Amino acid sequence: MAGHHEPHHHHHDGDDHDHDNHLDPMAARVRALETILTQKGLIDPAAIDAIVETYETKVGPRNGARVVAKAWSDPSFADWLRRDATAAIASLGYTGRQGEHMEAVFNTPDTHNLVVCTLCSCYPWSVLGLPPVWYKAPAYRSRAVMDPRGVLAEFGVTLPADRQVRVWDSTAELRYLVVPERPAGTEGLDEERLADLVTRDSMIGTGLARSPEAA
Amino acid sequence: MNGPQDLGGQMGFGPVAPEMDEPLFHAAWERRALGVTLAAGAMGAWTIDESRHARESLHPADYYASSYYEIWTKALERLLVRHGFVDEDELAQRKALRPGAAPKRVLTVADVAPVLARGGPCDRPVAAPPRFAPGDRVRTRNIHPVGHTRLPRYVRGHVGTVEAVRGGFVFPDTNAHGRGENPQWVYTVVFAGRDLWGDDADPTLSVSVDAWESYLEPA
Repeated sequence: MAGHHEPHHHHHDGDDHDHDNHLDPMAARVRALETILTQKGLIDPAAIDAIVETYETKVGPRNGARVVAKAWSDPSFADWLRRDATAAIASLGYTGRQGEHMEAVFNTPDTHNLVVCTLCSCYPWSVLGLPPVWYKAPAYRSRAVMDPRGVLAEFGVTLPADRQVRVWDSTAELRYLVVPERPAGTEGLDEERLADLVTRDSMIGTGLARSPEAA
Repeated sequence: MNGPQDLGGQMGFGPVAPEMDEPLFHAAWERRALGVTLAAGAMGAWTIDESRHARESLHPADYYASSYYEIWTKALERLLVRHGFVDEDELAQRKALRPGAAPKRVLTVADVAPVLARGGPCDRPVAAPPRFAPGDRVRTRNIHPVGHTRLPRYVRGHVGTVEAVRGGFVFPDTNAHGRGENPQWVYTVVFAGRDLWGDDADPTLSVSVDAWESYLEPA
């Protein structure tokens, strides 16, 4: 089929055939596993559809962006987020798997925060959705704790030389959300407009919030 | 364990490769791998700690050559075999040949939203008071357990400062191996970048880990 010549990153066409020959065995392997487990009554394929749909359409970085926008707009919410991020975030309806125990860390003019999981791929699913490939890959996990400025440069981010860099390695069950600094010139914006400025990467620390002109 | 998963400070993996407009899944099978892994986990036969240990127990060459959902899938197969749900010949023949172990529960469509929204909280009460307090200097123990641990190699034997007491949490080193939850206090411990990486390290850098109490001793 024509798809044989498509680059591998274009595959999200919903069929179960992967056009990259290297990955074909995995499609077969996962299908076999699902088949065996379904035949034994251990899983329900419809439940799997519902799980996938949840993470494709319901849980994603927009949740976290709303948390940040509210913290920017409402000092009492920001204070709550600082003291008990799990409860503050749950008050907006964002709870659940890989978000059971949340901590919010605030960027300041003095300190930039960056989150990594060197041991696996711990990531706050309930506010950011599923992690991107680079977050789970060895290049990021190995170097974020040792050379964060080098990593940031690969994301196009250059911090002032005197800015302290604080890296949080998520080695336990706490999941970190970075609250980026509120961009200048956003005084008149409501929470929805502010949330548009909050990128996924800015909540990991590999990016900054966008300025209103760039949004 | 000193497995392939313990990546902090390793070199040679090249630059980070952010993608523009990255898709959530890079192949259709990845969707199913995620869903099958979560649905099988919901049977309740193993913990998140045991599943992490299954992933990090892949041969290093296999781990590094595998994408993340490949790692998940290979580990899931091991867990299913270990717990008697599936046998090796069934995986090889790609069909069910016999019933296998009975699950505690099967995730239904109606369960998905509440189960995902509830997650799996792993905070637990700890009877003893915390041994350390914010501001205490602590040294991470020099340990190399053959089983699961969440103390990464790059901080072992280093002195840091307790920044926060986070509460009591299930201890992964025993929980991963069916030896109980044995909750302990967890602390956020901060290390100066130069203490970890030497004089050439970024002087502005500090790194924290979240460490269970038995990983630490007074410095």
